[in-house]
Amino acid sequence: MGVATVTSTTGEAGANTVKGAGPAQLEVRGVTKAFPGCLANDDISFRIEPGEIHALLGENGAGKSTLVKIIYGVLQADEGALIWEGKPVTIASPHDAREMGIGLVFQHFSLFETMTVLENIALAMNDVRDMDALRKQVLEVEKTYGLPLDPDRHVYTLSVGERQRIEIVRCLLQNPKLLILDEPTSVLTPQEVEKLFETLRRLADEGCAILYISHKLHEVKALCHKATVLRGGKVVGGCDPREETAKSMAEMMIGQKLTAPDRGEARQFGDVRLAVSNLSLESDEQFGTDLKGINLEVRGGEIMGVAGVAGNGQNELFRALAGETEQEAAPDSIKIDGNPVAHFGPRRRRRLGATFVPEERNGHGAVPDMSLSENGFLTAFRRMALSARGLIREVPTKSFADNIIKTFDVRTTGSGAEAGSLSGGNLQKFIVGREILQDPGVLVISQPTWGVDAGAASAIHQALLDLAAKGTAVLVISQDLDEIYAICDSVVVMAEGKMSKPRPMADVSIEEIGLLMGGLHDLEGQTNPAHDTQVEGGRLGQA
Amino acid sequence: MEWIVPFILTVITASTPLLLAATGELVTEKSGVLNLGVEGMMLVGAIAGFAVTASTGSAILGILAAVAAGTLISLIFAFLTLTLMANQVATGLALTIFGVGFSALVGSGFVGFAIEPLPALAIPGISAIPIVGPILFGQDFLVYLSIAVVIGVAWFLAKSRAGLVLKAVGDSHHSAHAIGYSVIKIRYLATMFGGAMAGLGGAYLSLSYTPMWAENMTAGRGWIALALVVFATWRPGRLVAGAYMFGLISVMQLHAQGAGIHVPSQFMSMLPYLATVIVLVIISSDRAKIRLNAPACIGQAFRAAQ
Amino acid sequence: MVRLEPRRQHSQAMVYLSPVLAILMTLVVGGIIFAFLGKNPFDALYTFFILPINNSYGISELFVKATPLVIIAVGLAMGFRANVWNIGAEGQLTMGAIFGGGLALYFHDSESILLMPAMFVLGALGGAFWAAIPALLRTKFNANEILTSLMLTYVATLFLSFLVHGPWRNPEGFNFPESRPFPDAGLLPIIFEGSRVHLGTAVAVFVVIAGWLLLSKSVIGFQLRVVGKAPQAARHVGFRQKRMVWFTLLLGGALAGLAGLFEVSGPIGQLQPSISPGYGFTAIIVAFLGRLHPVGILFGGIIMALTYLGGELAQITLGLPNAVTGLFQGILLFFLLACDVLTKYRIRFGAIAAKGRTA
Repeated sequence: MGVATVTSTTGEAGANTVKGAGPAQLEVRGVTKAFPGCLANDDISFRIEPGEIHALLGENGAGKSTLVKIIYGVLQADEGALIWEGKPVTIASPHDAREMGIGLVFQHFSLFETMTVLENIALAMNDVRDMDALRKQVLEVEKTYGLPLDPDRHVYTLSVGERQRIEIVRCLLQNPKLLILDEPTSVLTPQEVEKLFETLRRLADEGCAILYISHKLHEVKALCHKATVLRGGKVVGGCDPREETAKSMAEMMIGQKLTAPDRGEARQFGDVRLAVSNLSLESDEQFGTDLKGINLEVRGGEIMGVAGVAGNGQNELFRALAGETEQEAAPDSIKIDGNPVAHFGPRRRRRLGATFVPEERNGHGAVPDMSLSENGFLTAFRRMALSARGLIREVPTKSFADNIIKTFDVRTTGSGAEAGSLSGGNLQKFIVGREILQDPGVLVISQPTWGVDAGAASAIHQALLDLAAKGTAVLVISQDLDEIYAICDSVVVMAEGKMSKPRPMADVSIEEIGLLMGGLHDLEGQTNPAHDTQVEGGRLGQA
Repeated sequence: MEWIVPFILTVITASTPLLLAATGELVTEKSGVLNLGVEGMMLVGAIAGFAVTASTGSAILGILAAVAAGTLISLIFAFLTLTLMANQVATGLALTIFGVGFSALVGSGFVGFAIEPLPALAIPGISAIPIVGPILFGQDFLVYLSIAVVIGVAWFLAKSRAGLVLKAVGDSHHSAHAIGYSVIKIRYLATMFGGAMAGLGGAYLSLSYTPMWAENMTAGRGWIALALVVFATWRPGRLVAGAYMFGLISVMQLHAQGAGIHVPSQFMSMLPYLATVIVLVIISSDRAKIRLNAPACIGQAFRAAQ
Repeated sequence: MVRLEPRRQHSQAMVYLSPVLAILMTLVVGGIIFAFLGKNPFDALYTFFILPINNSYGISELFVKATPLVIIAVGLAMGFRANVWNIGAEGQLTMGAIFGGGLALYFHDSESILLMPAMFVLGALGGAFWAAIPALLRTKFNANEILTSLMLTYVATLFLSFLVHGPWRNPEGFNFPESRPFPDAGLLPIIFEGSRVHLGTAVAVFVVIAGWLLLSKSVIGFQLRVVGKAPQAARHVGFRQKRMVWFTLLLGGALAGLAGLFEVSGPIGQLQPSISPGYGFTAIIVAFLGRLHPVGILFGGIIMALTYLGGELAQITLGLPNAVTGLFQGILLFFLLACDVLTKYRIRFGAIAAKGRTA
């Protein structure tokens, strides 16, 4: 299988023996970290050489983020040691880490919206220098590595890709010897990913060690020299990703054989159940994206994916469809089973048979410190008749929640448990189940498997496919292209608040989607003229 | 026109406690902490300043005591909201209720005491210049201190690295934590500064504005200071304008009676409170401006994620 | 090292225990304060908390004082649940007293049995009107209701002062700033002979039961809890925040207005410049002491009423300043908020024990 156990490289003599060329840039030796009720890191050991791009693979909850925080000094290990260039070190704070030459590009950006790029960079620098000197350095690094950024722009005006650039420039300014990137590509278009990889390869050539945390196996295969796989807080193996297949690494990561979701037979689509026509809406968020002339139609039995880089109007689209926005669009710009609903609030849309699952579970899809019973009541009390004469009907409310828990295999102590006490995957199963059991005609779901373990993710995918098979129109908003390929029949791409024409999944390549994600709508016509009979003039102007 | 100089002088003295307390609260709020206990902290400062001055005869000791007392009780707030993550709104209310009771209890032994008001600093010659002299060069030193504090805070927030860090903590505590700043420690310090300034503002009331002690003598000034911070959209410069405007309004109501305007005194006394409401309405209705200037994390408890 | 460790689920035991713990800690600190003031702490605590209620009249007075606290606190708790911070109940109480009391003064020679019900309605309307202003300013202009409702309290108090010093002053009252006494038809009936316990106390019990039904069993109560706990989830399902702002402020204002009317047409019997020893503010503490739950508020109201009685008695028999009451109330609220942390977190000493450790 080509899998070597990593534990062999650790131990007493580990430091100088493996490559012979010198000590490892960083060696993690027996690191253990416990949190109440969970052992996040259990005796983790591996080493990274200078100039090596080393992948840390693992599912959500495998312990990757905890380990990163320990290396960056945010957390302290309970046991074990970090060996830096052959010497044991204590990294007490991010300040110490930066001092040693460790840089970190965060998964969720550590940026300040109302401040400028330069201020954001200054905040992450250890030594205080005058801003003008810093500005010069920033511009220099940007030029050297081809990462253009205006130092005086405010962060809230930047795209997600540009924001990540700030993080990278921040790190590069400190001449890092070890650069850690935590899930860096989840917010990038395929083309931006390629550009990021160029930068990383160049850094590695210059001798910088890179620890690359991801669960995207194609990327790891394309980029990394070595990989350490974590599962349940432990190292379960190591490999050379160049010699593995994505499937073999995935199985190592998950610990079981992968089964693709069962898509059933080729489905027949029914009538249009969800129709959006020429929907334009100003964002109600401070730094949001306005929707510009959105058109789409989802037929009964169809699963349509909405791809796109985060922050290109997907949240606004979801809120507009769910009826959360205060601004009203023209009534017939959104239709559910032919009924104009854009002037309705969420409750009347639900009465017409639409249900919705937002991206954020805690506080949006569910109320964390209310019981599962109450959370079931939250969206279902009308359709499931859980209230009468203004009062809550306790018995049916409880049995509805029990039914969700049973049908969707939600692991919990019972319907009295608080939603916040559930793991991400279980809570997501509960929320998805709650909407599916209401037997919707239309389901709009945003990031269905975001931060969810593989088991729950495949259960949710299967549930969506089954729902569509029963004639529901399903719209899946997702940044995960793998997910869209796995379950969707057709796809649209959002960029800068606009939406591309729908395309059948079967005849669209990942490169095309990538270009659309970058906002290059005019390429539609060139690559596939058959689907491009009505491209509006406005979209063409961007080339 | 000989009334104009004393009029301006009273406006300045009426504005100073508001300015001090509001400047402190501004710094607290910039770090993301909403301390609604300004009224309570001012009262504790007022009685601490008065009691120590009356007992020792030293206004300097009194002022130091007021600062210390304001800081100490702001620490109660900080401990509850930052360490124990209690609701900031409720804790701020508790601080005010506590401050009213505590100051009244300590103050019950000092009702009717008289002290010398803070002396005006007189610069021989210059202070005697008509009009400009007494206004610019004839104030007591807390007035100058209040101006110095505002300028200092304005510089701190706009130019210093520590100020940048403070704003960063208020803008996104998670980001600030992730890149290694101690959110809780910074918020403790900002809350203590707010307490110290509120204590000082209270002391100005009991040592200079009306040199005596009376229960509840702040009469809502702590709450007005809170409104001023919103009015100023968290910018120190506008705070000065706001504080002086309120000083003007509260002095006008006193002078209106002298000027022979016959409106029942109660209606005149309502003016500062009504003005606060009106000002809040005008500023708050510009939501975009509030959202752009208000610290994004204000009022939210922070706990470092695992 | 002392650490806070999050519980996976809120502790039900702590929900009930933490107010008890807070009261005990307040008693300890209270004893220390009494010792500082040169009193024997045990004597002082006895005078404060036991002596006022060791006879039946004392107990009846407890109910008289608890009545406004409970009525107001139930209304405030609804708002606090929905993150609507009405802290101007004192002003709404005053306006209720002015509206309802004004009616009694206008019909000062009436004997109609309709006067009292009409006063109820007007009292509630007065309070609701005063609370409608912050509601309007919050929903239309985004103005913070904490500050506006509080500012309006000062305005209401000054307005009452104007009335009893001016137009509504008793023409036969030797220039005292007081209104005429209300006519008998405008006075609340006493429900226990020989005490001052009036009809309002019965209303308070009714308010508790209705409040409990509303909060725990009704859809609208569910809505306001969701709005308070997760505003985004509320928006997602179409529970409109603005409606909750209006609902809770009007309800809280009406109840505070009613409580104000009960004070002036019950124990006081006329309008005066001062008609409440801060019931509107103390009710905030009562609401928290009762954990924002109507039944809890019933107990909380009785306990806070005791601090008023104890304060008065301590003033008379021990010569302690009346301010001790306020101090006690503030300390109690501090401890309540501090103990609340125990429902969400466990306090741990020492290092973390790793569970499920494998070799």
